[in-house]
Amino acid sequence: MARMRYLKIWVGGAILLLLLVCGLVAPFLAPYDPQEQRLEHRLQPPSRGIQGSDPHWLGTDNLGRDILSRIIYGSRISLLVGATTVVLAGFMGCFLGALAGYFGDLTDEVISKISEIFLAFPFLLLAIALMAFLGQGLLNLILALMLTRWVQYCRVVRGEVLSLKERDFVVAARALGGRDFYILFRHVVPNTLASVTVIATFAMAIVIIAEASLSFLGLGVPPSIPTWGSMLSEGRSYMYRAPWLTIFPGIAIFVTVFGINLLGDGLRDILDPKLRGQR
Amino acid sequence: MLRRRFIGAIPVLLGISLLVFFLMHIAPGDPISLLLGDDATEAEIQRTRHEWGLDQPILVQYWEFLSHAVRGDFGKSLKFGEPVTKLVFERLPATCELALSSLLVAILISIPIGVYSAIKHDSLLDHAGMGLALVGVSLPNFWLGIMLIYFLGGQFNLFPVAGRIEYGIQLETITRLYLVDSLITGNFPAFWSAVQHLFMPAITLGTSLAAIVTRITRSSILEVMRQDYITTARAKGLSERAVIWRHILRNAMITIITILGLQLGALLNGAVITETVFSFPGIGDLLIQAISVRDYKLAQGLIFFFAMMYFAVNLLVDLLYMLVDPRIKL
Repeated sequence: MARMRYLKIWVGGAILLLLLVCGLVAPFLAPYDPQEQRLEHRLQPPSRGIQGSDPHWLGTDNLGRDILSRIIYGSRISLLVGATTVVLAGFMGCFLGALAGYFGDLTDEVISKISEIFLAFPFLLLAIALMAFLGQGLLNLILALMLTRWVQYCRVVRGEVLSLKERDFVVAARALGGRDFYILFRHVVPNTLASVTVIATFAMAIVIIAEASLSFLGLGVPPSIPTWGSMLSEGRSYMYRAPWLTIFPGIAIFVTVFGINLLGDGLRDILDPKLRGQR
Repeated sequence: MLRRRFIGAIPVLLGISLLVFFLMHIAPGDPISLLLGDDATEAEIQRTRHEWGLDQPILVQYWEFLSHAVRGDFGKSLKFGEPVTKLVFERLPATCELALSSLLVAILISIPIGVYSAIKHDSLLDHAGMGLALVGVSLPNFWLGIMLIYFLGGQFNLFPVAGRIEYGIQLETITRLYLVDSLITGNFPAFWSAVQHLFMPAITLGTSLAAIVTRITRSSILEVMRQDYITTARAKGLSERAVIWRHILRNAMITIITILGLQLGALLNGAVITETVFSFPGIGDLLIQAISVRDYKLAQGLIFFFAMMYFAVNLLVDLLYMLVDPRIKL
């Protein structure tokens, strides 16, 4: 069983690392410029370059752009949005959760009510609503997703801080004259990091699917930037003529999310045994 | 306790209304100019602004929004020229039908796999079941929908790929739930057509839910299996079948039912995407249409409505939970 846990971490981590490398070295790895339109090669099925023509391993789209290159570049947006959102939402949620849990009373009441308001919206719907009114754009996308994801961190950290603040080491730090903010962020919050890491991993998988969903609906980044969701959306119109336009970007999303979920599962089993077997 | 729960809901409801109200005001630029386009004259812009009350102070605008919203009045849709509430209630049954069918799909898949995985804990089948659940939770549902359309709808021509019922089939609508209406009126061709139209959207929406519920079913059964009363049941000589059905499943079901109830609200999330993929005429599809033509009033009303539904379902599940398990106090 322990071997299985480490296997999950290794496989999930390897998938994530591979994608990260793909995104970082995209200009060297991608066989073509993802924006280069070659109309004479439009809707070409996946090929190794038959009869001297250029190879397009995953085919081309309706404008003759290479699908493999666009998928490689698309990984940049997915990982960038996923990682940035998770980190920013993590900071915001952990900070507010820690304040609510440690200081209690009115601080807790106010923060808990605000988090309840955000929880009252289905998360993707709130992101859709925010993007509909904020407009397309990378920053808007990260902002919208961050505003919908911070609550999970906030609630978990609040709960953990509530129990940690009664522990002996906190009482000792207080007896030594430590100030509240010092105790909170030096002694209490670091003890919540195991749970936060697990939440962050699963949140990244959710955010990547959400980004793809928003791009699919035309509410993500501008169409000039290749993303897996927008590729799927564009490919839908040619689904029967050129199924590779929808099959490959979908596989890219699935493999990424699967890898991250696998990593999250393994991390949870090791870092948070209480939650083992749950999701 | 109940009163406390309801009173506690008031500030949250006010917060929801505030958030939805301010959505219109976070739009960069003037929403009216964006809505009317570049060809609109200044007089047209001013007139629409006045009609929408956007020339009033912000607090007055919020009060107007709130006082109308509590009466179910969200104004008129610009695209359809009809009251938002009327449009919502016309489309809501389709979304409910889809959500409930997806829930059924999820139950049929997840409960047997989850129960079996827990009983055969740590076996090859358990790992296979959990692997399948991991795949299910990692599948983007809009992609799954597109693949179903391509393979089952296009290549094998097994199911219709869009809409709720075949064009040309007449159905007398009573509840607007097509499955129910066709059964009430004894219109079996309509019933079969509605089932066929629901099949792929329900599978699409139900798969990710099934994955989540499978894992929760397994973990809650495992937890019950570790309890002392299960050891007692075995010690007094009960058969394994009796222990599983009478003692383990019954106790684990409380958690499973709660999660299913809570996920019913979350299904609204997926409904927006699924309805768009299958052109399924529910409120999710309506929302995306409203956003694409910048029908702000309709979008605002729908988002408010979605949030209210989500909130109400969660509250209801909390209350039901309390009824099912009296140890729980809200």
